[in-house]
Amino acid sequence: MSKKSYRQAINEALAQEMRRDPTVIVMGEDNAGGMGAPGDDDAWGGVLGVTKGLMPEFGRDRVLDTPITESAFIGAAVGAAATGLRPVAELMFVDFLGVCFDQIFNQAAKFRYMFGGKAVTPVVIRTMYGAGFRAASQHSQCLYPIFTHIPGLKVVVPSSAYEAKGLLIQSIRDNDPVIFLEHKVLYDEIEEVPDEPYTIPFGEANLTREGDHVTIVALGRMVGFANRAADALQKEGITCTVVDPRTTSPLDEDTIIESVENTGRLVVVDEASPRCGMAADISALVAQNAFKALKAPIRMVTPPHTPVPFAPQLEDAYIPTPEKIADAVRHVMA
Amino acid sequence: MQLNREELLQSYRTMCTIREFEERVHSEFSEGGIPGFVHLYAGEEASAVGVCSHLDDRDNIASTHRGHGHCIAKGCDVNGMMAEIFGRGDGLCGGKGGSMHIADLSKGMMGANGIVGGGPPLICGAALTAKTLKTGGVAVAFVGDGASNQGTTLESYNLAKVWNLPAIFVVEDNGYAESTASVWAVAGDQSKRAAAFGMPSYELDGNDFFAIHQAAGEAVERARGGGGPSLIHVKLTRYFGHFEGDAMTYRQAGEIEVARRERDPLRFFRQRVTEAGVLEAHQLDEIESEVKRLIDQSVVLSKAAPPPTPERLLTDVYVSY
Repeated sequence: MSKKSYRQAINEALAQEMRRDPTVIVMGEDNAGGMGAPGDDDAWGGVLGVTKGLMPEFGRDRVLDTPITESAFIGAAVGAAATGLRPVAELMFVDFLGVCFDQIFNQAAKFRYMFGGKAVTPVVIRTMYGAGFRAASQHSQCLYPIFTHIPGLKVVVPSSAYEAKGLLIQSIRDNDPVIFLEHKVLYDEIEEVPDEPYTIPFGEANLTREGDHVTIVALGRMVGFANRAADALQKEGITCTVVDPRTTSPLDEDTIIESVENTGRLVVVDEASPRCGMAADISALVAQNAFKALKAPIRMVTPPHTPVPFAPQLEDAYIPTPEKIADAVRHVMA
Repeated sequence: MQLNREELLQSYRTMCTIREFEERVHSEFSEGGIPGFVHLYAGEEASAVGVCSHLDDRDNIASTHRGHGHCIAKGCDVNGMMAEIFGRGDGLCGGKGGSMHIADLSKGMMGANGIVGGGPPLICGAALTAKTLKTGGVAVAFVGDGASNQGTTLESYNLAKVWNLPAIFVVEDNGYAESTASVWAVAGDQSKRAAAFGMPSYELDGNDFFAIHQAAGEAVERARGGGGPSLIHVKLTRYFGHFEGDAMTYRQAGEIEVARRERDPLRFFRQRVTEAGVLEAHQLDEIESEVKRLIDQSVVLSKAAPPPTPERLLTDVYVSY
């Protein structure tokens, strides 16, 4: 056990799985960097350094740099997965989904069903998401609800370094297509992470704290925000259960419903756009299955239905905050 | 590349199987027994068979919405295919894919594909697997003239070249993307596109099995030997509409009749092998009769087979969930 950043935890998961299984390969734009260029090899190790050091250890045959052609190389990862490799392809920013989505949702997600259960497509698509980097509308989105909508995909949203390592190893060993979403603001967050490989199963939510009054369901970076809100509320005598579903597909419906049956109140926090997002989805789940347990209307904390703005003042106003979460909890307690 | 008698007979059998299969799907569809819609490959047989006769089970292909011919040429079970097209539970994909999604990965058939241009990135992946695991395999994408303009196809040319993949792209140009003429929709020409990506290419008469077989043999050998990707452009005629029910008002009157009479790939094959004295006409006649019985039987079996059970709606979404 040692302190590791979210970035290091992801890097370690990749390296350990590549050592364990020679069919695991990594590909993406600048995953090593410097390909064909006159300067250093492994020049970048990914645009934010997440894959740094993999190429020197595993070589260019297993750490493949790609041209900026997401359709071709995401599709190649899918085709390689269907024929015997376990590729981990990096879609640098999830916002680039628009140029390669067909290969994910019409090809990877559908093979097993369309082909009558005979296809196995163990591909992992790692992708960076989330606001907070002043990166504006095309590099800041939280598009996991779009993947969650598609039957055949599994969707993983790790909230911390410990979660990221265990969930990524699980993703690589999983036999279905997995979308693994890394929040760019979390890369430098540090916590204790075991040195040895371990897995965290999909579809099993994590209760980061348990309380009596309100259930807060939060995803990704919002889990930390929900815990900060819960800390503040505790001083006011309000105790919260914070549920981190870890994966939006599969979704641990039972844990969410059970928690709301205990607390009678639900606040859902989602950094994604409010319409057809996880907040709406989880709210509907609870309304349908635990309506009689509810003591107050469900509250959703999300950004407004706008693109992510650039100016720091606007972006700060866009992102849900611990304060907004605490306000929502006070509202359902009132 | 000389073919022996056995190989010639096998090639003719496969082309006949495709032709008979498609003619029969055409008539069964018009009688209303087949759900959904189908896109038929009749007239294009020399391409699928000319290319796939060089491939074995370590090799993968990706096909198109017009995929029946590629499936048969790559060894998919004909009874399973027919049952799939009829939507039966014992179809090759359990009745869950249908005409546009027939696949058999155990045969290296990665699927017909409902998305125009869906296949080329996938075969880059299959080629990457072959290269990484050193299987000696190659991967082939069949695309139409329509898909030849898709970004996925052009991106795949680039990726296959920069990764030096054992990949082959076969552009089957039947003159029409749905109803839109390829002479209008395709800028430049296919072989110059290949040249621009640094790929060797072949411009061929798609009715000439022997020319296609020869070129594909070279391309496969190059790919297996680490020489990278190639492109084969074949011009051919589809004998039916874009889909069954297409009135084909965009085509010239008599266009198909002339092609069937003067350029038919099966007739061309027969003429070549009999005139050269390699095969006797009666050998080819026997194959035709056998194939007809096989296809008849596949239709009888398919019509008698039950649909998928209702539980199958929910299965096969994930390996585990």
